[in-house]
Amino acid sequence: MKKTIATLAVGLGVALAGATLGAGSASAQATLANVKQKGFLQCGANTGLAGFGVPDAQGNWSGFDVDYCRAVAAAVFGDPTKVRFTPLAAKDRFTALQSGEVDVLIRNTTVTMSRDTALGLHFTGVNYYDGQGFMVRKKLGVSSAKELNGASICTQQGTTTELNLADYFRANNMKYEVVAFASSDETFKAYDSGRCDAFTTDASGLYAERLRASAPDDHIVLPEVISKEPLGPGVRKGDGQWADIVTWVGYALVNAEELGVTKANVDQMMKSDNPEVKRLLGVEGSFGEGIGLTKDWAARIVKGVGNYGEIFERNIGEGSRLKIKRGLNALWSKGGLQYGMPIR
Amino acid sequence: MAVHSLTPGADLAYVQARSSDPLPPPSLVRGPIAWLRQNLFSSIPNAILTFAVLGLLLLIIPPTIRFLLIDAVWTGADRAACREDMAGRPVGACWAFVVDRIGYFTYGGYPVESRWRVDLWFAMLAVGIGWMLWLKAPRRDVGAVYFFAIFPVASFVLLTGWQAIGLTPVATAFWGGILVTLVVSIVGIVFSLPFGILLALGRRSKLPLVKLACVVFIEVIRGVPLITVLIMANTMLPLFLPAGVSVDRLLRPLIGVAIFASAYMAEVVRGGLQAVPKGQYEGAMSLGLGYWRMMLFIVLPQALRIVIPGIVNTFIGLFKDTSLVYVIGVFDLMKTIEAARIDPQWAAPTVSNTGYAFAAFFYFVCCFGMSRYSLMVERKLAAGQRR
Amino acid sequence: MSTIASRPPAKASLVNDPKVRGIVYQVVLVAVLVALVWAAATNAIDNLRAAKIASGFGFLESTSGFDIGQTLIPYSATSTYGRAFLVGLLNTLLVAAIGIVLATFLGFVVGVARLSSNWIVARVATVYVELIRNLPLLLQLLFWYIAVLRALPEPRASLNAGIGVFLNNRGLYMPRPIVAPDSWLLMASLAIGVVAAIAYSVHARRKQAATGEQSPTGRAALGFVVGLPLLVWLLLALLGTNPISFELPQQTRFNLNGGLQVFPEFVALTLGLTIYTAAFIAEIVRAGILAVSRGQTEAANALGLRSGPTLKLVVIPQAMRVIIPPLTSQYLNLTKNSSLAVVIGYPDLVQVFMGTVLNQTGQAIECVAITMAVYLTISIVTATVMNDYNRRKALVER
Repeated sequence: MKKTIATLAVGLGVALAGATLGAGSASAQATLANVKQKGFLQCGANTGLAGFGVPDAQGNWSGFDVDYCRAVAAAVFGDPTKVRFTPLAAKDRFTALQSGEVDVLIRNTTVTMSRDTALGLHFTGVNYYDGQGFMVRKKLGVSSAKELNGASICTQQGTTTELNLADYFRANNMKYEVVAFASSDETFKAYDSGRCDAFTTDASGLYAERLRASAPDDHIVLPEVISKEPLGPGVRKGDGQWADIVTWVGYALVNAEELGVTKANVDQMMKSDNPEVKRLLGVEGSFGEGIGLTKDWAARIVKGVGNYGEIFERNIGEGSRLKIKRGLNALWSKGGLQYGMPIR
Repeated sequence: MAVHSLTPGADLAYVQARSSDPLPPPSLVRGPIAWLRQNLFSSIPNAILTFAVLGLLLLIIPPTIRFLLIDAVWTGADRAACREDMAGRPVGACWAFVVDRIGYFTYGGYPVESRWRVDLWFAMLAVGIGWMLWLKAPRRDVGAVYFFAIFPVASFVLLTGWQAIGLTPVATAFWGGILVTLVVSIVGIVFSLPFGILLALGRRSKLPLVKLACVVFIEVIRGVPLITVLIMANTMLPLFLPAGVSVDRLLRPLIGVAIFASAYMAEVVRGGLQAVPKGQYEGAMSLGLGYWRMMLFIVLPQALRIVIPGIVNTFIGLFKDTSLVYVIGVFDLMKTIEAARIDPQWAAPTVSNTGYAFAAFFYFVCCFGMSRYSLMVERKLAAGQRR
Repeated sequence: MSTIASRPPAKASLVNDPKVRGIVYQVVLVAVLVALVWAAATNAIDNLRAAKIASGFGFLESTSGFDIGQTLIPYSATSTYGRAFLVGLLNTLLVAAIGIVLATFLGFVVGVARLSSNWIVARVATVYVELIRNLPLLLQLLFWYIAVLRALPEPRASLNAGIGVFLNNRGLYMPRPIVAPDSWLLMASLAIGVVAAIAYSVHARRKQAATGEQSPTGRAALGFVVGLPLLVWLLLALLGTNPISFELPQQTRFNLNGGLQVFPEFVALTLGLTIYTAAFIAEIVRAGILAVSRGQTEAANALGLRSGPTLKLVVIPQAMRVIIPPLTSQYLNLTKNSSLAVVIGYPDLVQVFMGTVLNQTGQAIECVAITMAVYLTISIVTATVMNDYNRRKALVER
């Protein structure tokens, strides 16, 4: 019988060893060192949201959030391809970040107080100002969300969307019937097959999902935006250096757009006389070294993925199938909210 | 009728002296009409029943065949082929969609240039399964070593890759489709058998604490749905490990499935242990064999033989249940079909049902084959035990 | 473990003493288990603290903030998480209860049909069983959900079955009875009817035991349970008070409003679970009937019983002994399988509690533990009840 125990112990040992075999270990303290040692950035991405993060049949990722990941990789390695993506469902994303499975979470995640303070993650800014909206079929003749009293609404469970929806209908004293699904795929498919009158998620998501409808032109997005959904990248709490890197990658992208530095002209801009451009591209000063990177960190980013405006246009703006207007995400100087903190 | 007098007393009128002419065979005992009468129209309620069932079949079968074969679209590059408004004819199953996505359904996002590794793995798996299931195969002991020791290690190296021998590592996030379905089921069976045997032995142990631990484990796992075990493995496993240690996303459901299958396997094995006559235990003990030798050489070989059908049935259940890893976002066959059917490139009304038909075909062939096999073994065993 | 020690044992060294060894092994096992649990627990506590996730069951008292489609008890976004848990639990129990009843019925029909002398009936039943048993339930549920949804018209073109019953892709709508507060008479008459029906059937059984005479218990029960309240209702209606009124579903801009609504998710789940489980039950029933010796049927035939009564009075009662234990586990399987609701958006316990609540609160351990405990309790209770029933039905051997 000793052997039973011995075998059991060995068995458990094997199981644990097996568990750690496939396990990567990451210390919360030195994400940058860890990333450099691995040789690639592990980025938590959406399981598939057109325009923001979507893998093609060969497993190549593209999208707005994906380009943000690439920008971080470019800043660290000078190579935007040194990034791997972990597709995460809404409900898995925070545990994945906490457990060190991903180094950074750039997955259209709303910045909220409770998430910032209670879930052990730190938001490094806002890369996309969004708001929750509704999509309905044209033939219903609905032109405002206020007319949705009594409608069936499909939503994804475990998101802020689900809570905002309840708040909005309660505040407007309207009734509705909610049908909640675990994934955005299932949610949209149920709407598309007629289970619901309206489909709700972040406005950006509405435009992305509409492309997947059997007949995209049969659907309209209602004008109301019922919530503030600032979407931003998140990192683990407690690693200030890594948080700084992700934060300033975001500002560098916006600053590059403000200063007119693009993927195409970044090399000429190196010779620019504008001191702000010089500081951004590392010709003057060595701001990158302050966050553990090289002087030319921002130049690497722009060379790799372009500036904020380019990323936007390419993936979700007029140059894409989504055709989302800049709106709130225009530069502050053009009436929007994107404002790059000065690099100096 | 004329009566010939052949024997004394033959003039008695009531004695038949000659055999009567044979009657023609009754038309209603043999032949197709009789068969119909006997099997379909033996009574009025039966006849009504027959017509009702025939009506039901007429309602189901012709449209199904029409959908799957006659109206089906076999070739096409995108949804245009499978939309009635574009194709200009009634459209049934959109097999072109399956043809187009078959690589995705088989390998998921596994890099195209490395897919030969998966093919090789499929072949190795087929060899292993064939060796184990063909009862008269040569050297089945070697087969067992191959299947339970060599094959798992080889699979790990082959599928995840090993830079040192020139196999590029492929992250499990790229695995998908039938590959993942098979990996999950195989891991389930390879781990559940040894652990199940240990648990079954523990449950029949005379040591109260060992028994208690095994009973609690088995009954708790059997008392909860697989989904909860999977969700637990997915969300709670990272919490139970030291900070910074993360478990691969595919490994988590594998652990969940292995735990789940072990509990069920334990009960199957226990049935076999109980069916071994007490005399065998006593005989072994009287020979002076210790517990482990008794189990290993006398009891388990007999017990496992008895429960082969049970093991196969558990495996069929497990194979079907692996589709649940879908719920925690692992790209198994079902999930790849779900992902592909909502792709706008193939947005057409019949695409979903075609995808499901493909999955149904795959699962049915596998499960039905296994259940036939289990029946065959059962019959063979029954024949062997007849005295 | 060997138990040879009947004569005074020779002094064996402690290492070889089976008792001592047994104790040592168990101590080691317990130590290993405790160490594992302890490690897991400390890790969990550290991780939770690092992630600043609250622990404990206090969250059950906080406001949930989300809505649920199908609720059997009053619930809104201002209710607590605890209430949401109850809603999910009741939805699970509802679908399990209805599924069990329907699956048992269908399973018995198919099981008997497989043994039918009618060739085509037996064949169709066999194909049904083989096909359904060899396909994953998940696939079947998705198919039913999509098939049910696709086949039905949208609300503006609802199928109208008259008398206020409508069918569309938002579900099945029926008139909802609204019981007036002064209808206690009606309730009382229903209660009296049930009691009377039970009393009559007890009486009838005694009479049959004593005299062999059979009484029409079924018709009598129908009369008591349905007829009596109906009579009272008519009387009340004649007296001018209407104890029950019906709320009819009304077409509104989007959906039908009011009335009793059966959601398509519920229909798909019930349908899927019923059809799937019935295939397994059919096999159990078939095996049970085959286990009854052929002589029983022949003896019944010799007594002049026709095939219906033979099955009902002779074969099935005996087959039940074989059928009940595996039937119990099928009931449990159905209940556990109802957790697949999560893929088609039916708000059962897993979908509401392990899905939404877990995500909104982040308290994974508590949510998972509560959910598992619920299923365990259901399993244990069902197993106990069915074992008890089994014991009463079991063959008393002399």
